[in-house]
Amino acid sequence: MTAAALETRGVSKSFGALAVARDISLTLPRGARRGLIGPNGAGKTSLVNLITGVLKPSAGRVLLDGEDITHLPQAARARRGLARTFQINQLFRGLSVLENLCLAIGERTGACNNLFRPAGSKPQVIEEALEHLAAHRLIEDALKPVRELAYGRQRLLEIAMALAQHPRVLLLDEPAAGVSSHESHFILDALERLDSDIAILIIEHDMDVIFRFAREITVLVGGAVLMEGSPEEVAKDPRVRAVYLGEEEPRGGGGG
Amino acid sequence: MQHLANVGISILFDGLAYAMILFVISVGLSVTMGLMGFVNLAHGAFAMAGGYVTVSLTTRYGVPFPLALAAAFVLVGAGSIAFERLLYRRLYAAGELDQVLLTIGLAFMAIAGYTFVYGPEPQSVKVPGYLGGRLDLGFGTFPAYRVFMIAIGAVLICGLWYGFERTGLGARIRAAVDNRAMARSIGIDVDRLFTLTFALGSGLAALGGGLAVNLIGLTPTFATQYLVLFLIVVAVGGLGSIKGTVLAALVLGVFDNAGKYLYPDGGGFFIYAITVLLLLLKPAGLYGRE
Amino acid sequence: MAASKPDLAARARAAEFLLRRHRLRAAEALPWLAAVLAYFVFPGHLVFGSQLLIMVLFALSLDLILGYAGIVSLGHAAFFGTGAYTAGMLAARCGWTEPLSGLLAAGAAAALVGWVSGWFLLRYRGLALLMLTLATAIMLQELGNVRADITGGFDGLTGITIAPLLGRFHYDLYGHTNYLYALAVLFLLFLLVRRIVYSPFGQALTGIRENVRRMHALGSPVHRRLVVAYTIGAAIAGIAGGLFAQSNEFVTLGVLGFDRSAAVLVMLILGGAGRLYGAFVGAAVYMLLEDYLAKLSPEFWEFGIGLLLVLTVLFARRGLLGLLEDAGRHFGRGAPR
Repeated sequence: MTAAALETRGVSKSFGALAVARDISLTLPRGARRGLIGPNGAGKTSLVNLITGVLKPSAGRVLLDGEDITHLPQAARARRGLARTFQINQLFRGLSVLENLCLAIGERTGACNNLFRPAGSKPQVIEEALEHLAAHRLIEDALKPVRELAYGRQRLLEIAMALAQHPRVLLLDEPAAGVSSHESHFILDALERLDSDIAILIIEHDMDVIFRFAREITVLVGGAVLMEGSPEEVAKDPRVRAVYLGEEEPRGGGGG
Repeated sequence: MQHLANVGISILFDGLAYAMILFVISVGLSVTMGLMGFVNLAHGAFAMAGGYVTVSLTTRYGVPFPLALAAAFVLVGAGSIAFERLLYRRLYAAGELDQVLLTIGLAFMAIAGYTFVYGPEPQSVKVPGYLGGRLDLGFGTFPAYRVFMIAIGAVLICGLWYGFERTGLGARIRAAVDNRAMARSIGIDVDRLFTLTFALGSGLAALGGGLAVNLIGLTPTFATQYLVLFLIVVAVGGLGSIKGTVLAALVLGVFDNAGKYLYPDGGGFFIYAITVLLLLLKPAGLYGRE
Repeated sequence: MAASKPDLAARARAAEFLLRRHRLRAAEALPWLAAVLAYFVFPGHLVFGSQLLIMVLFALSLDLILGYAGIVSLGHAAFFGTGAYTAGMLAARCGWTEPLSGLLAAGAAAALVGWVSGWFLLRYRGLALLMLTLATAIMLQELGNVRADITGGFDGLTGITIAPLLGRFHYDLYGHTNYLYALAVLFLLFLLVRRIVYSPFGQALTGIRENVRRMHALGSPVHRRLVVAYTIGAAIAGIAGGLFAQSNEFVTLGVLGFDRSAAVLVMLILGGAGRLYGAFVGAAVYMLLEDYLAKLSPEFWEFGIGLLLVLTVLFARRGLLGLLEDAGRHFGRGAPR
């Protein structure tokens, strides 16, 4: 029985009295397409931060391909095949698009350990970077500094950077956020072309994206898992509807 | 044995007086850095300005010493508002490096200016007669001036503590130090608060500078010479914490004084070693927010 | 998916650019030509010239640490001073007067201090790092004072005699040998730094400076990279310090002080950090201004440099080279970074 690509067991995190994650147990098999939804402040990004190592859990464990990575620093987890995108683009804005990807590939392949040979002597890194750019149709922007790129294309680059790490598990934090409607289909196309072997968790508020992309959905409310199920099950569940639409159930007794 | 105890008490006493100066000058720096995150390396220059104002007022115009101190507080405090409004404000969003560079530049200009006006020689303050002798405190006699410094320091500590912990203004400052964005969103005018705090802090620095003249001397290099000391008091105590500044000033002041007394060469080593060790363990200082 | 023709052309261009970026450009010969020319045109100013070259080297070492790796340090003089005292004490106390090995020892000692302090300090950023670097340098300064009997304390270490370079080149009053010595050392170390900056490691440093969060997420061993850069920067600063001690045959504890750390920082910012040649421009402007203005009056100099610094931070943040780049772009020539 092969281990799941990603698993969290009872992961909890509190800042003093504030609990951002309560006993979250999640399993992502290989090739998973999991959506993570929930109202604002539900702890979705915190969960991603806990999985990637930005935050240390107060309790619980995180396992990557069966290996316990709970005490590993962020970079070590990334080197084991765990990649993420950020809700707000974290790119190298002063560098060109191509250089951004070369960095990602260089760190993955260990090329960046080299102090004495010029970056130009590693044509394989540049070739691979160009391949990624071509796949996302960013070639014409290759030499442009990132800060001059349209926001939607920056978002695409953010995804390309994570993919350049050749991840086995990919965590996407609102990849379509802030992207105009006529640019968002580039993002969706990119998501659909993702390798079927990669286990993917995608946080999104855009329900169209979630329902189109996810095969399973986890609903997070107040730091705890409310329910998990197929998109249809989730859409029909009255608790989910209550959380999103604020429908109040009739209460017995006074109050209000 | 009695002699040793006397020497010990004497060192402690001197260290206490020195610590008071460090506190009075550094507390403003701690609160403004904690409040706005602004690294102000020109703070030593404000203290120096207070020193020179006090010197001029007492020696050239015959103003009584306590009044001169108060005048230094008001003049430098008010004057600092111009710096904050015209220059510092532009770099609140910039990184530490930019702030460091700007304020170092201002400190250099201040040093040059004061050298030009006053010359490079050490200055002294005309101290009133009742502060010139020694006082018998029961357990020993001590220089009256040092007693005065400790007394003023104690009064200021109590006053600032009360102001910080018990008044509405203090509460607003503490809130803004804790979480600037949150404070803004509940209606606290953080910018105006900062100008006020900055003026108070600079005024206090000037007061401390005026007090310091007859203890540690005053030359135009005061601004950078003691800057390192003020910075480590602030860093060790923790930004935005009066309690921390008091503790750090006490520990560092007493140890530095004792160190220099016991080991005239390199006695200063101890406080820097303490600082490095402490910051490695608690990078936010004793009472700083993480 | 067949690539379109404009796509292929764009790919080729992009690859070409990156592959060739590290190649030497003609304009890069200028500072060296100027330095060699100065040897012949200003024979009476070579003592000043060597000090200038030493400061360029010192500023260059800070550029690697600050301009490329983004480590904001207020204590870079710690390494300069360590190097200066190593070379100085080897000559004055141990009778080891051979200059090149003295220089190597200076670099090695500074590298050690850089490695150990960097390993601890570079876990922090921002104000904590600023304070730790400052406190470390002052701590070393005070340590030097503790054993003033060996180091000479604030009065200074005298009796530093240096044997002729390579056994053959003697030192004259006009500083001919020292100038060429400093120039040769600067040239070699500059080539080293330039290599590092254009290497994949150098790119990683830039990445850490620009966005450390992203670097962590990419799996970059950030702390290790920073320590390596810090150690190399420290070694080069130490060699600059060694040259300083050897050429002046005198060194005081001031080489470890805040003023020295502040001065090299100002030099680099004036010229433009993260540009390699900013160190040349900045150190030259600083030293020339100091030489000229301080002769008029020390206050003029101090005021002038303070004002220049304030103006640079407010209006020319990327230094003189940054201004030149902006001017170049304005007049149509696009300069690649």
